[in-house]
Amino acid sequence: MKVPPLLAHVLVLVVAATAAAFASAADLTNSSNKDSTAVPDGQRARELVHLVRQDCGSCHGLTLAGGLGPALTPDALADKPAEGLVATVVGGRPGTPMPPFRGIVSEREAEWIVEQLMRGFPADGGPALAGGAN
Amino acid sequence: MSDQKVRLAPPLVWGILLPVIILLLSACATQPPVAALRGTGDLGVVIERADGRVQIVETSGRSVLAKVEGLGDLSHASVVFSRDGRYAFVFGRDGGLSKVDLLTATIVGRVMQAGNAIGGAISQDGRMVVAQNYAPGGIKAFDADTLELLADVAAEYGTEGKRSKVVGLADLPGNRFAYALFDADEIRVTDLSDPKHPVTQRFPAGRQPYDALVTPDGRHYIAGLFGEDGLAMLDLWQPEQGVRKILAGYGKGAEPLPVFKMPHLRGWAVAGGRAYLPAIGRHEVLVVDTRTWQEVARIPVKSQPVFVMARPDGREVWVNFAFPENGWVQVIDTLTQKVVDTLQPGRAILHMEFAPKGEMVWLSARDDNRVVVYDTATRKPVAGFDSASPSGIFFTSRAARTGF
Ligand code: HEC
Repeated sequence: MKVPPLLAHVLVLVVAATAAAFASAADLTNSSNKDSTAVPDGQRARELVHLVRQDCGSCHGLTLAGGLGPALTPDALADKPAEGLVATVVGGRPGTPMPPFRGIVSEREAEWIVEQLMRGFPADGGPALAGGAN
Repeated sequence: MSDQKVRLAPPLVWGILLPVIILLLSACATQPPVAALRGTGDLGVVIERADGRVQIVETSGRSVLAKVEGLGDLSHASVVFSRDGRYAFVFGRDGGLSKVDLLTATIVGRVMQAGNAIGGAISQDGRMVVAQNYAPGGIKAFDADTLELLADVAAEYGTEGKRSKVVGLADLPGNRFAYALFDADEIRVTDLSDPKHPVTQRFPAGRQPYDALVTPDGRHYIAGLFGEDGLAMLDLWQPEQGVRKILAGYGKGAEPLPVFKMPHLRGWAVAGGRAYLPAIGRHEVLVVDTRTWQEVARIPVKSQPVFVMARPDGREVWVNFAFPENGWVQVIDTLTQKVVDTLQPGRAILHMEFAPKGEMVWLSARDDNRVVVYDTATRKPVAGFDSASPSGIFFTSRAARTGF
């Protein structure tokens, strides 16, 4: 069978583009997982990242640069003690709109969230897969 | 098997070919669709919040016409329309204000107007769009044609020049705008009929107003309060009477539940002489008579309401809920004041928008990456389409309504 030259070119292009896309996707996952403490496993970590980006994001902004609640970026949190921030996530701040997430995230998960926040929060990989621990 | 080897072009040819292909491809992507002559009355936009993009939709065939990229951070984005229904003004969280032409699907103007913004409004005469900002706290008015800055009104309070986050901005008759100051417990009304000389009136409102609405006739401005049980109501026909508390003490002293998402208030809450309002931190919708402002009913619902929206004919009120119960929607009958249906349209229902006459409602299911369309007579899904992390849905019929 003779492969028409045009088809060959298109194939090369598609293969190259796919490879590039995969390479950059792999890059992303690598960089976001690099330092993560092993507390929540893959599926739960994905859920927590989605929770923070989306549902904390409704007050703190999707980019966590602030909204009704203050910015939760590494710069903004730099000189705040982590324990205090963890306590805020778990117990909320009475008298302000910051609600307690006790019952939704565990103490250790709150620590993990604060750690990730202080480091630069990972990108959202989407909601938990259907049929997951939901 | 071929006996002839496939010859690939030498690198030089590729070096020329590739950029040309890419150029052609990107040209296709940005070329406005060549549309037949059409009106805009059935158009709208869906915010794809995570991607800084909107889908331009039409409600007659329930389809996506085009996508427009490059709108910045669209978490909590909101949209108002020019009075001719052709342009959407998109207010992004990052302070970006973009003017999108729905017919050509292009951005025809864009300014970065604040560090952190929460929405906007358009003046009665349609000549001015006004943004409400968290940081720096205040409102800013722009020429609707050119997006040139016309007025910058700081939400200053106290004696040290502090600025409050602004919430609940609404257009009023007379090119005036009402808004509330979350940090300063005030309602303000700014007259921008001469934008060079804005005139602002201040009214003490109650603790931590979080959002507000103006009734469809432009008369009553109602701010929800985060810090107390009750709402603040200002009669704009008789502002000298000051703010009156309505539904005061609706929690009856009971501790409110943690609030994971602030409710949204808009003029859609008003139906049949009553206003349907979310009780913050409670699993209730509050109903108040809009002539006497007395409580008529409180309706127990599934969870904490976020949007409480009357179908345009006022016969039903649809309610969605805060995280983590945001997969549910309930329907209230406005004659019996009872929940008559409980639906699960998808995962993370963030927003609803009724067709102008209410025969269908579009819902964004963020975690399903879908917009679903329900027939409001059967309360069954009749259509839907893919949308990346959809949040707000806005139809051009808003262009003709005060408070939208
Ligand atoms: C309903 C709105 C709302 C939601 C949802 C919300 N927050 Fe907050 N958050 C606030 C507000 C408002 C403050 C500021 C409180 C104050 O004035 O001290 C705050 C403060 C904080 C602080 C302290 C920041 C500092 O600089 O001291 C942290 C950390 C925080 N939030 C994390 C989170 C996380 C993580 C989530 C999601 C799991 C979340 N918040 C969800 C409103 C919210």
